Amino acid sequence: MSNLESFRNETRDWLEANCPDSMRTPIKSEKDICWGGKRFEFASDDQKIWLERMSSRGWTCPTWPEEYGGGGLSKEEAEILKEEMSRIKARPALISFGIWMLGPALLKYGTEEQKKHYLPQITRGEIRWAQGYSEPGAGSDLAALRTKGDDKGDHWVVNGQKVWTSYADECDWIFALVRTEPDAPKHLGISFLLIDMTWDGVSTKPIKLISGKSPFCETFFDDVEVPKENIVHEAGRGWDVAKYLLSHERANIAGGGSGAQMNPASAARQSGEVDEDGRISDPILRADIARLTIDALAFETTLQRIKDQADGGQGVGAKASMLKYYGTELNKRRHELNMSALGSDGLLWEGDNPEDGDPARSWLRSRANSIEGGTSEIQLNILAKRVLELPGG
Amino acid sequence: MTYILSEEEQMLRDSAQAFLAEKSPVSELRRLRDEGCKDGFRHAIWKDMAEMGWNGIVIPEEYGGVDMGYTAAGIILQEMGKTLAATPFLASSILCATALRYGGTEAQKSAHLPKIAEGEKVYALAVDEKARHDAKHIETRAKKDGNGFRLSGQKRFVACGNGADMLIVAARMDDESIGLFLVDPEADGVERTLRRSVDSHAPANIDFNDVKLDGDALLSETDDGAALLDAVLYAGRACLAAEQLGVAVEAFSRTIDYIKERDQFGQKIGSFQALQHRAADLLTEVEMTESLVVKALRQLDESPSQAPFWIAAAKGRATRVSRLSASEAIQMHGGVGMTDEYEIGFFYKRAQAAGEFLGDDAWCTARVAEMSGI
Ligand SMILES: Cc1cc2nc3c(=O)[nH]c(=O)nc-3n(C[C@H](O)[C@H](O)[C@H](O)COP(=O)(O)OP(=O)(O)OC[C@H]3O[C@@H](n4cnc5c(N)ncnc54)[C@H](O)[C@@H]3O)c2cc1C
Repeated sequence: MSNLESFRNETRDWLEANCPDSMRTPIKSEKDICWGGKRFEFASDDQKIWLERMSSRGWTCPTWPEEYGGGGLSKEEAEILKEEMSRIKARPALISFGIWMLGPALLKYGTEEQKKHYLPQITRGEIRWAQGYSEPGAGSDLAALRTKGDDKGDHWVVNGQKVWTSYADECDWIFALVRTEPDAPKHLGISFLLIDMTWDGVSTKPIKLISGKSPFCETFFDDVEVPKENIVHEAGRGWDVAKYLLSHERANIAGGGSGAQMNPASAARQSGEVDEDGRISDPILRADIARLTIDALAFETTLQRIKDQADGGQGVGAKASMLKYYGTELNKRRHELNMSALGSDGLLWEGDNPEDGDPARSWLRSRANSIEGGTSEIQLNILAKRVLELPGG
Repeated sequence: MTYILSEEEQMLRDSAQAFLAEKSPVSELRRLRDEGCKDGFRHAIWKDMAEMGWNGIVIPEEYGGVDMGYTAAGIILQEMGKTLAATPFLASSILCATALRYGGTEAQKSAHLPKIAEGEKVYALAVDEKARHDAKHIETRAKKDGNGFRLSGQKRFVACGNGADMLIVAARMDDESIGLFLVDPEADGVERTLRRSVDSHAPANIDFNDVKLDGDALLSETDDGAALLDAVLYAGRACLAAEQLGVAVEAFSRTIDYIKERDQFGQKIGSFQALQHRAADLLTEVEMTESLVVKALRQLDESPSQAPFWIAAAKGRATRVSRLSASEAIQMHGGVGMTDEYEIGFFYKRAQAAGEFLGDDAWCTARVAEMSGI
């Protein structure tokens, strides 16, 4: 038996023995997601046990090195773990910005001390991270940010405001872009700082979204003292880190990770749109759903193809923008179609069950997919310039 | 399954590119059209392709082929789509070769497959009887007559039908099952009418008036003719999707080249964001389609029973996107895009014609709905 085969068997046995039954059901709503962090309240004992078991093997971050709390798995092994988890429909034990944004950036740009200190806490879900990029005057034009850090020798004093910081009021730490070299050119004056949200001068204020939720905040920095060792990479070179992290963020958003999975075909069944042969009876709805199915297959196969290219040593680069653009637009279409298929069932906002209103909330939330992490327009700009090499304006 | 081309496949692609650029660029299609070529393809080039081994690409070696499979065939067809090469490749080397390979008796295979592989004769498949593709609608009749059959009916828009030396005709038999018959177009009772098409191809309407066929005209290695026909058509669709992808890719890349060069308002038009965004969107659409086409072809080679679903998805999307790519190409070229002198219009025309052939976007989408239980 090959190594991979025996790895598969062991993994299968371990998952079978360790994944609680209630963690083998689809994620239905936000509360089913385990974000971790000091302030996180587990929805159930199983959710907590599942996180502990998975992180004790390093399997919340399977490919990170073991010395930093990861699983030390090869790409192939990590793929097998993923397959075996999806075989039993196991939920991810932990979802976090630490895993899919900060972690990769620290692995690439962090000092040894930073890696040793932060990464294991991320893998165990002990600290939850917020992303402090956007500001009121700097969204798409991120480098226009004005939050500033005054150099005081062994620390910076940070002042300014961030906006759209997802879950900031529930997070323990924030990684923030701060202008530390006021006289340098736009992209060269920015530093990437790690800031504890319990420090003096950090405060947050929630913003309510059209989905009725308010997981987004304004975050304020008021004379916050940030020690020099809390910088990632060099002073003034934060843009490199920011961009690297964005490419991971985009790949992830493109993957459609926005909470509950919607399936318009079963939505149509739920609302009774079926004929005696079990087919969706409205021919136009049926065609729309079939076309969406084809486009979703096109997207999935493209993810696979780009992965094959990357494994074969071809850089992915700006193609992350293609996936972000197409994946998020597709997800919006899926939610819209889901709402059409549900008819008035989809309009419910509040009811007796906790999951009542989920379709409408997820549909509304999905509109942000093509805004967060860089808007669709910005992705198209990137494709035009970097892939097609069209001339500048 | 991998989405990456193997070294062998890359070599095939490179040699196809080089060959077609030399022997069959778009100007060659224009020449065929302007000369009013009645066959719709150049016999000399077809012979050269046979020498490259292409014509027997899905034919077993014992019958003179190279048996490289449908992914390889798709690679060639994608390159043909880029130069709009008008050849009997799809009709003869894919559709008819597949029909013979899986439906022919030993004697039929030995008699016909080498002729296809060597390019000695051109074969065409006659299926459609309606304007919109529908292989379930077959009224052409093959009545049992002694040891043989009598064939009557009408086929429309048979691809390469006017230049074909041999036909494979789908007909309904006495028990209502489907049979595929080898028919000599020169036989008594066969009447061909050339139908020049918008893409400068030469399909034909073919009437069969009580045509007398021998018993061994029937491809009878399998007793389920409908399943055979279905498999043949799906193989054709997979390969045609690859050609459509080639059309989309080339129309797109010509457009990008053009908007990088063309000056208006004192700047390159490619610097205008309205065009940049449409170009980037098209890039995405084309890339998404390419993945599906590769998947469909590999499935056909590696697990044929799963292939029809992927092929319908790929052909449907390739139909949509090749038309989009070519119509955006005309728009972004502006006025010159509308001139006959400029080549871009040829791509638009081919996109339309290839889209109709063997089932358009609507047809394919309906199959996907059916097969996925929507
Ligand atoms: C749900 C949600 C969660 C988010 N989470 C976070 C987070 O955790 N941390 C964080 O830092 N940020 C977060 N963001 C912020 C997000 O990154 C910004 O909203 C986004 O980058 C767009 O910036 P903006 O909102 O200022 O829009 P603007 O930049 O003002 O854009 C407005 C419109 O103009 C278009 N536009 C702008 N520039 C161009 C151009 N050059 N060409 C063409 N069109 C253009 C945009 O595409 C958009 O349609 C989040 C946003 C949302 C909605």
